Amino acid sequence: MHVAQVFNESANTLARASLVVAAVALIAGGGLAVALYRSSYVTQVGIAKDQPIPFSHQRHVAGNGIDCRYCHTSVETGAFAGIPPTETCMTCHSQVLTEANLIQPLHDSWNSGAPVRWTRVSDLPDFTYFDHSIHIAKGVGCTTCHGPVDQMPLTWKAETFHMSWCLQCHRAPEKFVRPKELVFDVKWTPPTDQFAQGARLVEEYGIKKEQLTDCSVCHR
Amino acid sequence: MENRLSHPGLQPVAPLIEPGHDDASITATVSDIVLEKPQPKAWWAVFFLSGGLLTILGLSTLWLFWMGLGIWGINVPVGWGFAIVNLVWWIGIGHAGTLISAILHLFHQGWRTAINRFAEAMTLFAVMCAGLFPLLHVGRPWAIYFILPYPNTMALWPQFRSPLLWDVFAISTYATVSMLFWYTGLLPDLATLRDRAPRGIKKTLYGIFALGWRGSARHWHRYETAYLLFAGLSTPLVVSVHSVVSLDFAISVIPGWHATIFPPYFVAGAIYSGFAMVLTLLIPIRKLYKLEDFITLHHLDLMAKVMLATGLIVLYGYASEVFYGLVYSGSEHETFMMWNRITGPYGWSYIALLLCNGVALQFLWSKRVRTSAVPLFILSIIVNIGMWLERFVIVVTSLTRDYLPSSWGHYTPTLYDWAAYVGSIGLFFFMVCLFVRYLPMINIFEMRHLNRHIRHESHS
Repeated sequence: MHVAQVFNESANTLARASLVVAAVALIAGGGLAVALYRSSYVTQVGIAKDQPIPFSHQRHVAGNGIDCRYCHTSVETGAFAGIPPTETCMTCHSQVLTEANLIQPLHDSWNSGAPVRWTRVSDLPDFTYFDHSIHIAKGVGCTTCHGPVDQMPLTWKAETFHMSWCLQCHRAPEKFVRPKELVFDVKWTPPTDQFAQGARLVEEYGIKKEQLTDCSVCHR
Repeated sequence: MENRLSHPGLQPVAPLIEPGHDDASITATVSDIVLEKPQPKAWWAVFFLSGGLLTILGLSTLWLFWMGLGIWGINVPVGWGFAIVNLVWWIGIGHAGTLISAILHLFHQGWRTAINRFAEAMTLFAVMCAGLFPLLHVGRPWAIYFILPYPNTMALWPQFRSPLLWDVFAISTYATVSMLFWYTGLLPDLATLRDRAPRGIKKTLYGIFALGWRGSARHWHRYETAYLLFAGLSTPLVVSVHSVVSLDFAISVIPGWHATIFPPYFVAGAIYSGFAMVLTLLIPIRKLYKLEDFITLHHLDLMAKVMLATGLIVLYGYASEVFYGLVYSGSEHETFMMWNRITGPYGWSYIALLLCNGVALQFLWSKRVRTSAVPLFILSIIVNIGMWLERFVIVVTSLTRDYLPSSWGHYTPTLYDWAAYVGSIGLFFFMVCLFVRYLPMINIFEMRHLNRHIRHESHS
């Protein structure tokens, strides 16, 4: 039976090309999704946030030598490290930079009583029950998670805070734990015998490694 | 072929294809349903009725996603309820299609030819309905990709030791292979439709999906190879998919679930319910579309025999449950479970189950029943109900009362449980309507081949 052509010859090429395009689109699309999710575009790692006042940790920590706990007062006792109230800032800024435009919002806050609305840099999802105090108590230093804060003219997120990132330490705390007295030392770097020292500290601080990856440690 | 049997008692009640057909009449009969003839009134009735039920499914699903799983009757201790009952029921129904298309193909059973296309389509639609229920039951369907082992930022794999994960692989493999198998078998017939359709959108669409099939010797050679490979791939799935589904129960330690009989018993039940559904659909359809010449009483007889055989295996499963429950296990919990099944608050469902799958089944011993359309149709519906009740009994009676009396509870399905269940039946029949309307429901080229074979044998 002779049948008239439904498609012209280019349909053959089109059919083959569509197979290639579909395969490429599938692989490239999947790869793109995986890569995008890990990129700074999504994780915001290394991207300084706009703040009402261009607060510099570099100035305050490296320059003035203020301890982390001077402002983040509840870090040793509470789940939340604490964002300082205007009063904390005013302990100095009632005397220094009283006229500077840059910190005008601080003075406005002091005068009106409304707190400065900082933009949060490090935020964990609400299904994760993170507690600062236990990490401080067991020798996890500030810079381990928050990076070299003393070198940040504006504050950025230093790590992804992905669960896989948390698990690096929860599966092998000896790689990261430091002596308790050095927790707030922003210049601390792991010694050459970190594994040996870390393992000793894990033992000494009673860190129960076998429980650290239980779901309910972080998710309740 | 059957015609060769010489013993008079083994003579079939009817041939596989009634006499008087040639290539042209077979092609015309099947393709005219799609291309030429208006659909019968009953088609429109089923189309609108199932469309209505599908709408109910859609609306109740939206409401479910908006409100959460609390609108269903599930709670502790019955977390599974209708969703899992329906999942197992639908996935079981699909199995007849795969058995017919794969295993009967490998065994060169000529009688599969008239029904395999339809049964495979039924498989796909049943798998769709089955797949719907886990999606609804997880409660957060937008997070369902969590069950897949994809490269994630949580440094976590799914729990590979959980049968629920095996289920994901079993059912998705099943859906994929069934789809490809069915589509491959459709190619030559899609080309036939393309060639017979008038110029226009129909011709173009059939043309696109026929993938340039010209019926050359090389095409046929590759087709035969691919089809045989798919038959080989699908054959283990007939056994493996429902075995894995049964492990969802058997791997756990709930009384009434933790039994080694479960995989074979579930597989037999799957094929049993699948053949019942094929009969439920094909008996009215062969009448409506005047396909009695192709789907003959011989076909009905054979399908009823498969039902009888698999139904008896299922009955053996019930007997073995009673045996290990009351006698063999020596566990007071298993014994209690069995008594609770029979006399407990859901005892009615177990008795109804025995009436459907135990008593009604026995009518299939009669050749007169097996070869009469109406009684067989009624029986097939009873079996469908019976197999749904079986899953209800397994899921609900075991979960409501397990080890600790203090944690016992009761399960009452809500309006939304019923809406999802009835809605899934709507989805199924809606898809069947579309299939019958737009695709050749009988394999044209295989029927032509079979017809020549039969005619040739009878002449020689």
